[in-house]
Amino acid sequence: MVETQEKIWVSGSPRLWFRHKSGARQCPGCHHPITERLIAEVVDEMGLENDIVLVTGIGCTSRAAGMFKFDAVLSAHGRPPDVATAIKRTLDGEPIVLTLQGDGDCISIGAGPFFNAVARAEKITVIMANNANYGTTGGQMAPTTLLGQITSTTPEGRTPHFGYPMHVPEMIAPLKGVAYAARGSVHTPANYQRTKKYLKTALQKQIDKVGFSFLEILSACPPDWHLNPVDSLKWIEDRMIPEFPLGEFKNVDKIE
Amino acid sequence: MVERILVQGNEAICLGAASAGCHAFFGYPITPQNEITEWFARELPKRGGVFVQSQSETGSINMLFGGAATGRRVMTSTSSPGWSLMQEGFSCLANAELPCVVVLVQRAGPGQGTTRHGQTDYTSATHGGGHGGYKNIVLAAATVPENYEFVQQAFHLADKYRNPVIVLTDAIIGQMAEPLELKALDFGSLPPKDWALGGKKRHADGQRRIISCGQGQVPIEPYTQYLYLMQELDKKFKAIQASEVKYETYKTEDAELAIVAYGSMARVSKEAVNAAREQGLKVGLLRPITLWPFPLQAVKDLASNGMKILVVEDSLGQMVEDVKLGVEGKGPVHFLGMLARHNPTDGGMILPGRILQEIKSLLL
Repeated sequence: MVETQEKIWVSGSPRLWFRHKSGARQCPGCHHPITERLIAEVVDEMGLENDIVLVTGIGCTSRAAGMFKFDAVLSAHGRPPDVATAIKRTLDGEPIVLTLQGDGDCISIGAGPFFNAVARAEKITVIMANNANYGTTGGQMAPTTLLGQITSTTPEGRTPHFGYPMHVPEMIAPLKGVAYAARGSVHTPANYQRTKKYLKTALQKQIDKVGFSFLEILSACPPDWHLNPVDSLKWIEDRMIPEFPLGEFKNVDKIE
Repeated sequence: MVERILVQGNEAICLGAASAGCHAFFGYPITPQNEITEWFARELPKRGGVFVQSQSETGSINMLFGGAATGRRVMTSTSSPGWSLMQEGFSCLANAELPCVVVLVQRAGPGQGTTRHGQTDYTSATHGGGHGGYKNIVLAAATVPENYEFVQQAFHLADKYRNPVIVLTDAIIGQMAEPLELKALDFGSLPPKDWALGGKKRHADGQRRIISCGQGQVPIEPYTQYLYLMQELDKKFKAIQASEVKYETYKTEDAELAIVAYGSMARVSKEAVNAAREQGLKVGLLRPITLWPFPLQAVKDLASNGMKILVVEDSLGQMVEDVKLGVEGKGPVHFLGMLARHNPTDGGMILPGRILQEIKSLLL
């Protein structure tokens, strides 16, 4: 069980994070480094450093595999839930396995692995960083792209011709094998702290062997949103959150 | 007292895996190898192992990636349509240098093809398959005992070279039953898997481990530049080619014509060789066992003696290209393929009599 720690004033880099590598590699205003920092703090505060394995897919979240002072696997596009399933089960459930994926990696090409990990009620934790586009490749439409949002493959803005944005935690919450499904953001300090708690809860579900846990984190992607970093924060507040409400959609301690 | 049993080819695969200490199997149903998946579902948990039925063959191969990353011995099996789905996975396993065993019980293709025998995956298995120019070691079993032995050897080679190893059979070998002596084989010791991961507490030096299918792109020690990875893979593939070629010859010493065939077609060809010899025709057989690395030198040696070469493969002509490579233009390479099956159904076969007819047309 995790002991509560005294509040630590964090200045500089979290202990388990190679911050200097991260800072040099992402776009101005990108929220991935904030998510990485959040993960590094949570793993440290929960004492999971020696038990955790991080699995990343393909996209800007790939790089996270090299950013932490704990074991990590960089796997193929969309495949982290498969890889995580195998790491967890091959080692008889011992490691704590966490995936970090983009929205495309998780729910487009990764839909098969993702939904079947849910179906098998795998005791893993999946983080989906949602920036409403395929960022790494220059900003193409993704399953979570908003209606009206201009991307390089919806140059006139997305219309129902290509469907509607996917709401992942809402969609999986009714499924029995899901112990926890939540959505947070990191665009304000208060939301950062709330999302940090969500991640702790999600990982605790795995530690307690309850079931599958999922956390979506809204993430700014200024270059592909064609906005500056400050306006990107506004876009999260004004456009993303009305479409993707924040909060916990499922939180159970036991699955019968 | 060595146990001797009558067992189906597919089950012999499983027994070989058990003898090799396979800890986890991730698989998906597909004909004609469902006996393999079902055996593991029944037996692995009883033996303290792990079975997972994946959602597709892309699931199987990526679960294999994860399982292999832990350092435990892991495998999957499939047939040709599922094999296709695994190709991206092989490319990733090769980049990440992960050891694993994949059994391919061929069925005739392309597409859904048939659910019965064929040898239409040679090129895909030996020359990839997936993108990037990697190589899989391919062991072609021709008998039920070879199913059992080659799976064990596959695990050893996979660990030795940190590379996937394919055990290639087909629907006939999978479904037939033959006597088998149960004896675990010892291939020698292997270095510990210091690279494997599963949580930092498992590492004696207390340092994290990373496993990546993007080595060279996302700089991670030791391959901080792309070419360092390719230099290493080049060395590895050359080492395998230098050390692991395996083949069998039958009556080739004085032969005027040599058949080159693998797997079930090698057995049919052997009957044709015997029938030909009874009629005074000097015929022999070269049976490649490693399809990659292919026994190019053995083929070259046969051709240098002025021998006629006849490739028999239940396909439109795949291994024949490698045979031509080995012959290096020293003489013609003849081919007898699937269009010579005795009837046009999915159950049609290239029969010994048909091969004998071809031998006669070439020698007489």
